[in-house]
Amino acid sequence: MGTLTHGLGCEGEAVNNLKSGRSLSERYGRYWYKFRRNKLSIIGLAAIIAVIFIALFAPWLSPYPSNAGLFVNFAAAGQAPSGTHVFGTEEIGRDIFSRIMFGFQYSLMLMVVVLSISVAPGVILGLIAGYYNGRGISVVIMRLADVFVAVPPLLLALSVASVLTPSAVNAMLAVSLAWWPWYTRLVYSSSSSIRNEDYVRAAELVGASRWHIMFKEILPNSLGSILTKVTLDCGWVILIGASLSYVGLGAQAPTPDLGTMIAEGAAYLPAQWWISIFPAFAIVVVILGFNLLGDGINDMFSSGIS
Amino acid sequence: MPLLEVKDLRVNYRVYEGTLKVLNGVNISLEKGEKVGIIGESACGKTTTVKSVMRLLASNAKIAGGEVRYAGEDVLTMAKGRLRDLRRKKMSMIFQDPSAALNPVFTIRQQLYDIIKFSADTRLSKEETHEGALKYLKEAALPEPERILDSYPFQLSGGMKQRVSIAMALVSANELLIADEPGTSLDVTIEDQIMRLLKKIVEEKEISVILITHALGTVKNFVDRIYVMYAGTIVEEGPTKEVFNNPQHPYTQMLIKAVPKLTGGGVPEGILGQVPSYLTPPSGCRFVTRCPYRMEVCDQVPRMYKAGTDQKAACFLYDEGHRSK
Amino acid sequence: MHLNDPIFVQYFYWVQGIFTGDWGIALFTQRNVLLDVQEFLPSTVELIAVAAIIDLLIAVPLGLVAGRYANSAVDNGVRILSYIGIAIPSFVVAVLLQISLGYGTHLFPIIGRLSQTTAPPPTITGLYTIDSLLTGNFGAFGDALWHLVLPAFALALGPIAQEARIMRSAVVENLHSDYTLSEISHGLPERTIALKYLMKPSLIPTITIYALDISAQIGNAFLIELIFNWPGFSRYGLNAMLSKDLNAIVAVVLVAGIMFAVANILVDLVVGYLDPRIRLRGRSGE
Repeated sequence: MGTLTHGLGCEGEAVNNLKSGRSLSERYGRYWYKFRRNKLSIIGLAAIIAVIFIALFAPWLSPYPSNAGLFVNFAAAGQAPSGTHVFGTEEIGRDIFSRIMFGFQYSLMLMVVVLSISVAPGVILGLIAGYYNGRGISVVIMRLADVFVAVPPLLLALSVASVLTPSAVNAMLAVSLAWWPWYTRLVYSSSSSIRNEDYVRAAELVGASRWHIMFKEILPNSLGSILTKVTLDCGWVILIGASLSYVGLGAQAPTPDLGTMIAEGAAYLPAQWWISIFPAFAIVVVILGFNLLGDGINDMFSSGIS
Repeated sequence: MPLLEVKDLRVNYRVYEGTLKVLNGVNISLEKGEKVGIIGESACGKTTTVKSVMRLLASNAKIAGGEVRYAGEDVLTMAKGRLRDLRRKKMSMIFQDPSAALNPVFTIRQQLYDIIKFSADTRLSKEETHEGALKYLKEAALPEPERILDSYPFQLSGGMKQRVSIAMALVSANELLIADEPGTSLDVTIEDQIMRLLKKIVEEKEISVILITHALGTVKNFVDRIYVMYAGTIVEEGPTKEVFNNPQHPYTQMLIKAVPKLTGGGVPEGILGQVPSYLTPPSGCRFVTRCPYRMEVCDQVPRMYKAGTDQKAACFLYDEGHRSK
Repeated sequence: MHLNDPIFVQYFYWVQGIFTGDWGIALFTQRNVLLDVQEFLPSTVELIAVAAIIDLLIAVPLGLVAGRYANSAVDNGVRILSYIGIAIPSFVVAVLLQISLGYGTHLFPIIGRLSQTTAPPPTITGLYTIDSLLTGNFGAFGDALWHLVLPAFALALGPIAQEARIMRSAVVENLHSDYTLSEISHGLPERTIALKYLMKPSLIPTITIYALDISAQIGNAFLIELIFNWPGFSRYGLNAMLSKDLNAIVAVVLVAGIMFAVANILVDLVVGYLDPRIRLRGRSGE
């Protein structure tokens, strides 16, 4: 029946058929539709926008901006949440609400730095390993990635951070070192299969350079999964950063860091619960936000109807 | 009373773009022991129709109207237990791709035994279950039944998998077997074997059949009666011979012309144009966009008119009032 | 110490030491690191093993129910639960558990592996639960188990959330497959379809992720052991890190790597058992 024109699919094909000749705005409309279909994705997006906004404008938004750094006010130490200090104050009298707002700054910075250091090399190495699949360079890259993957990221980050001097910058470095191989593996798995697709072979035949093939033919096909992983990883990176701080191998005082705040407050549990519970709640909001957002982005790139 | 009666069935699918009005008033009826075929281009609602009969529609599908009566009982509204009884003992379905229709991580033995066990009214012993399995595999003309039973689906060839699917369906399809393009995913020669086997079995056991296909050659020698579907509507029905030799609806005429003939005669004619969108289908006859005989009246929905010697066609060409014009 | 030798030669001596039992001296315990590993590793293994069991027992049924009744109220409940599980850092879970079930209500002990009044069972495996069972000391067994509940649950919550999600999406995918439709059309009971025919194929991706998660727990155990004052290998590692004790740190990373490898081998075996395509393909040559 090859001569029959192909009609609309009753089930899944129906949607695909309408794709032909649709405009750019229609395409974004579809992405947006898939994203917003799950209300939780919207909540995640809103939470992250709010956190970014708070972090950017913390110096102006926070009630006690000076409490972000070295600041002591023993007169106000250990106060329970009240009208003047909505989340209470900690052991040396600093306003917890203000410190959380500044804590977002550090968390987001850690996340941005770690992902910008680790994603690009990870992706490029994955592309190279996929392109030269089966050859020596591919084997070397993938075995190296396997070695790094074999050690849990938190443990690897802890070990690296412990050998270096504990500081915010070294914490970022340590987490980055634990992160790149996951992107290498992700990109490798898709690129090594796309590598043998006819359209890549065709591009090769007409003389496209290997860089063109890697970045213009192979990479766009992995973009959806990379983007999804980046969003989900935002939460994980912040979590690992907070864990480092929690054991004292991350950002050092007086940097307002959520992990450090939780650790310091733990000594005052359960009587002065607010010292660690509110920072803990703040970190949950950030991680939850990125997870919900990541799932929404995943929905955007996945096919299927229901 | 017919064994199966589909009356004015309407099914919609919810998708991003809105609601796809896929089935638009489908009527089918099937007597006991009768074999009917549903033909039409891909994606014209054939599978949706039979899945509605089995109540297997996806979660985004919605029955917008009509009824499905099995021996007088309404399938769409019957209680779950009653429905399961029907599926256990009266009707079953064979799917298009046997590789997808068998659970990949269980042996044929595990799957077939379970089907036999749960189709029986009394508790079967191990030996009885095994005997049953051998019987159904033999009916499906499978050699070396013990080896088949111990195999996982991926260890069997496509043709063998489809025979296994047939064996499984035979356990519960005592009255009605629905076959959704059972040979399409196989080699032509294997497809031919499968279709012959199926025909032999259903004739011996007097099972009613609904055969879906878009390969007209296979349906020709198989079924007694044919329904031609286009864009979610039945456009023509009649005895197989009549429909093939003397097609009445313009769509059927074009469909049959489009089949390449071994006897030569050049490249067959295609059908110009596309199936209309299910989002905004034509409000009247759905074939109007491709029909060479388009008339003013075609913006209304045609009912089935008597046409040809023994057929019915949903086309105003056969309405007394319009034919004269 | 071969400090004058090139780095490759030094590495060779280190590897030789690993296989001959000379793991170097830990500066802060002043003894062979291997002895430290032997002393501290069993309690961590016990903690992670109990967490792994809790994980599987909770995550699989949750994922199965959520997937089978996708988009129902149950599914949304499980979804919210798993989001919370993923988003709350394990050290926060630990602290919250201590506050709610330890300090306030005294339902569970807050620190340690055994009550002070309970004598530890003789060391056979080093796992208190197993050792006490082997010696028929049921009092100690109960006490050890009772001490394990909170830390193991704190450790398991994240993986539970993760595995429940994987299980759910696998179940949803299999639910829409032709073979499930085929099983329904043959009239199999819903129970059999869910508990047998949906369960097994859905377990395959779940178990794969499960192994990675469990072997990564040695990382999270660092924080949990710190909070619950658990005399385990992770707390040992943390002390090594805080005092920059290289021999000990290297040993900790090495052991973590070995645990990862072991977990992966175990998973390959289990997945091979569940998935005949993996198990038989090599042999039959198909």
